[in-house]
Amino acid sequence: MGDFTPNEMMTIAASRALTSQDVCFVGIGAPSAACNVARLTHAPDITLIYESGTIGTAPDVLPLSIGDGELCDTALTTVPVPEMFRYWLQGGRITIGFLGAAQLDKYGNINTTVVGDYEKPKVRLPGGGGAPEIATSSGEVYITMAQSKRGMVERIDFYTSFGHGEGGDHRKRLGIKTKGPTLLITDLAIWKPDPETKEFTVVSLHPGVTREMVQETCGWKVKFAEKLEETPPPTVLELSTLRDLKARTDAAHKGGAPAAKRGAKDG
Amino acid sequence: MARFMPLDEAVRENLKDGDTAAFEGFTHLIPTAAAHEAIRQGFRDLTLIRMTPDVVYDQMIGMGMARKLIFSYAGNPGVGLLRRLRDAVENGWPRAVEIEEHSHAAMANAYEAGAAGLPCAVFRGYRGAELARVNPNIKSVICPFTGEELAAVPAVRPDVTFIHAQKADRKGNVLVEGIVGIQKEAVLAAKRAVVTVEEVVEDFSGLHPNLCVLPHWTVTAISVVPGGAHPSYTHGYYARDNAAYLEWDEVAADRDRFRGWMEENVMKAGPDDFAARVAGLRAA
Repeated sequence: MGDFTPNEMMTIAASRALTSQDVCFVGIGAPSAACNVARLTHAPDITLIYESGTIGTAPDVLPLSIGDGELCDTALTTVPVPEMFRYWLQGGRITIGFLGAAQLDKYGNINTTVVGDYEKPKVRLPGGGGAPEIATSSGEVYITMAQSKRGMVERIDFYTSFGHGEGGDHRKRLGIKTKGPTLLITDLAIWKPDPETKEFTVVSLHPGVTREMVQETCGWKVKFAEKLEETPPPTVLELSTLRDLKARTDAAHKGGAPAAKRGAKDG
Repeated sequence: MARFMPLDEAVRENLKDGDTAAFEGFTHLIPTAAAHEAIRQGFRDLTLIRMTPDVVYDQMIGMGMARKLIFSYAGNPGVGLLRRLRDAVENGWPRAVEIEEHSHAAMANAYEAGAAGLPCAVFRGYRGAELARVNPNIKSVICPFTGEELAAVPAVRPDVTFIHAQKADRKGNVLVEGIVGIQKEAVLAAKRAVVTVEEVVEDFSGLHPNLCVLPHWTVTAISVVPGGAHPSYTHGYYARDNAAYLEWDEVAADRDRFRGWMEENVMKAGPDDFAARVAGLRAA
């Protein structure tokens, strides 16, 4: 199956980073698609957690919001939101926090708050939600986003969620004991932080992607690993799983089809 | 002690101009009917609290009811930004709105502290996060036992909380199930609590012993409004109207279209209109 879009490659490459052993706190959008493709292919036992309190959820369609009924219907258990953040996230039970970003810098710091000045924003974005603590309390953080000069910038306008700060041991200096961003998956490449500087470095290019294409869609000067790999293309199973999931999702969201399973979880 | 009454009365008796009010719901069980009643009654200068202000807060802010917003994620979930909120923050239309912004962890802890009667919440958060620079209500404390520096935020104590729930029994005990969100904490943290429910049942006997039940003496008023969470959903009753959330993005994009929509669907409508809105979303 040679024909796939950059976005499909991104979602599938991101899904491959997850395992059945992971307990993953799922951000909405691109992370949610990747996490569910992983669950439906090579990582059937992965525990997916959404901040609405659903633990061990296995949705048949991708949720539009983090609190769709589908998440609760298919979850092992659903806990109150304070418990979610206190016992499960702050308590250190999440291995991977999977986040998207409106703006990202080379040290994995994320802005989802404002474009421009906080007091007089050019664009008022939704804000941090769960991300500021997901970024510091999860064992490690994966980030996925499509590349653009507007999104991947030399300096973000607001530090919503802390990555590696100014790089190096900045997390440690702030008393943060978790690893922070360890993986960035874009529509063009796979990036990992340099072990010393913590600057995201391209380690693998997706099929057909050149170094120039990565640089042209990134606002900072891109570093490439000495030994640059090529991301294996999507397999037939990965691609059909993703496309089926998207087709089911589109049908469910546009049609307003009844999804409430009356009595399904009632006591 | 919970009293059953029509929604217009419940809102009139429990909400006042200048109040700090929470219309809570975490994607699920959003008290839309109560918010629309508040819009019809035209309250002003409210401080609105909610972890996830979405469409109903976009509507209240667009109608100029809010002086201040305390929140942790202001978006149309899965769709995009809140365009009326953006217009208020970026352009001061129809009036400027003061913002007190937190993370979800902070708000959840703050509600819990409010319910627990504590003055503040303490948690491990905001490390390296810039919200601590722009929000003076984010401070830190040192753990007296370990010396660890922890974040502290003031407890949330609304004058009134509005929630939507599945059902009440005849005494006024309230059952919430599914994604229970922050509803219990928001009710217990508030001075007054108004609950809209899908239905009233004789009693709660025979139900699972650990279900989330708010005893009748924690609730001020109950109004029966079938469909009252639409376009949000009520677990076990009807599904989320995702198409309506997608449509809102277009309605809210334009000031005139917004005002026209509000006139048609809120000002000229009432609590009884909600049942028809969810008719096609109910499970067979």
